[in-house]
Amino acid sequence: MTLYGHQVPMWVALFLWFALWEIIGQMGMVMLIPPLSSIIVSFVEVTTTRSFNEAAWVSLQAFGMGMGLSLAIGLSVGFLMARYKIVGEVMGMWINIFESSPISAVVPLLLAVIGFGMQTMVVTVFLFSVWVIALDTQVGVQHVSRSLTEMARSFGASRWDMYRKVVFWAALPEILAGIRLGTIRGVKGVIIGQLLIAITGVGYLLETYSRKFLMPQFWALILIVFGFAYVISEAISYVERRIAPYASSR
Amino acid sequence: MQIVPNRPMGQAGATFGDLAAQVIGIGKVFDSFRALQDVSIDFPRGELTSLLGPSGCGKTTTLKIIAGLTEPTEGLVMVHGQPVTGPGPERAFVFQDFALLPWANVLRNVAFGLELRGVPKNEREEIARRHIVEVGLDGAEEKFPRELSGGMRQRAGLARALTVDADILLMDEPFASVDEQNRRKFQEDLLHLLAREKKTVIFVTHSIEEAVYISDQVVILTRNPGRVSRVVRPEIDRSGDFDELRRSPAYLDSVDEIWNELKNYLDDEEHVQ
Repeated sequence: MTLYGHQVPMWVALFLWFALWEIIGQMGMVMLIPPLSSIIVSFVEVTTTRSFNEAAWVSLQAFGMGMGLSLAIGLSVGFLMARYKIVGEVMGMWINIFESSPISAVVPLLLAVIGFGMQTMVVTVFLFSVWVIALDTQVGVQHVSRSLTEMARSFGASRWDMYRKVVFWAALPEILAGIRLGTIRGVKGVIIGQLLIAITGVGYLLETYSRKFLMPQFWALILIVFGFAYVISEAISYVERRIAPYASSR
Repeated sequence: MQIVPNRPMGQAGATFGDLAAQVIGIGKVFDSFRALQDVSIDFPRGELTSLLGPSGCGKTTTLKIIAGLTEPTEGLVMVHGQPVTGPGPERAFVFQDFALLPWANVLRNVAFGLELRGVPKNEREEIARRHIVEVGLDGAEEKFPRELSGGMRQRAGLARALTVDADILLMDEPFASVDEQNRRKFQEDLLHLLAREKKTVIFVTHSIEEAVYISDQVVILTRNPGRVSRVVRPEIDRSGDFDELRRSPAYLDSVDEIWNELKNYLDDEEHVQ
């Protein structure tokens, strides 16, 4: 970032926003925006409560299981769609529809069908994240350079070696992009699912805080969720950057 | 120079033991497009044969059929007296676009053919290092393909084909993506290398000069559909200086002869249009 020709570090921007936030909060103009300092104070308060720890644990479990399911099914379906034309034709349209549809609308239906428990949260995470993983995997595998697969074939590669040593690595940049997008959607899924179910997890806690107008606590929890999503997505981005040099020269 | 008209199989001057490979009456139809019709070529052992022709004459298709990467619609390919049903260890392919793994360094790329054959890491890397030196890439073992020039990438591609120690090298316009200065150097290096290694080479090119310069036998293909029009043996004495060779009457006559042959077909097409 440059300002009047001077190089300004990125954290300055963040600092300015935080300062503005603090000033507006202190002026008490908008009740929904408490000063940043009070949010930081309640940060400690929130994270030490039993209700937060339980909510966080339930949410993490739902997120972990949902994502595990998404990865297993998304990666294999995407792969099969790329390898077998018939699978691509049969599944492609549906996956595209679901990918672009508002999944939140389906969650109440899920409640009615599979109840208020952990299953519903897991299925919500799954439904939010699986489509983009499948689609990106399909694109990645489809676009593996023909000359690389011919090369491997000409040197007598077995089918397994072809997938393991050529196709997987060649498709990895797209697969990782799909996983990163899917993970971010999975975080949204777990929170939205819990908001709609409204009896459990971080979503329930958010609902409670906002209903009781505990704004510092509410914002502290929001920041924790943002931070979680950011850390995971950055971790995947880190791997993506590691392989970026070859991704652009494939 | 000696010009041999395209002859049907069985009338070849060479006996079977002298042939490394033989293409017998192959044809190829893609969807409804006929790419090759009744192509028969003999590849004498230890010789370099070029497949030469305009784009669309099916020379790369012919090479891929010999490699076992593409199936012919009709006809048969024999390698060392056995019919070809797929890729095999006695043939190694050098690709026009190099086909190097972008995530692997030169050493792993060169050793990749052996890796696929299950040769242990130490052993295959030792062999790969030897061939990296042989093609003049020493010092680049740890580099990645994106850090190399086109010429260096193709040297890596050639080294990979050499490591598997196949008798027959299949080269698909290997110098097409290499700049002119490097191409000459590369052609000379290839000839030196072949003089030492005693391989049979099948070489696809669209450059008449390149074909005459490096080949024992030039097979001229024409298009619509792709078929053999003529086989020319340049009979050039390659013992002397390379620059002299390019000015020798035998070299120039062969270039002229091939050009006249190809020109006929270009004229034909203009008349048709």
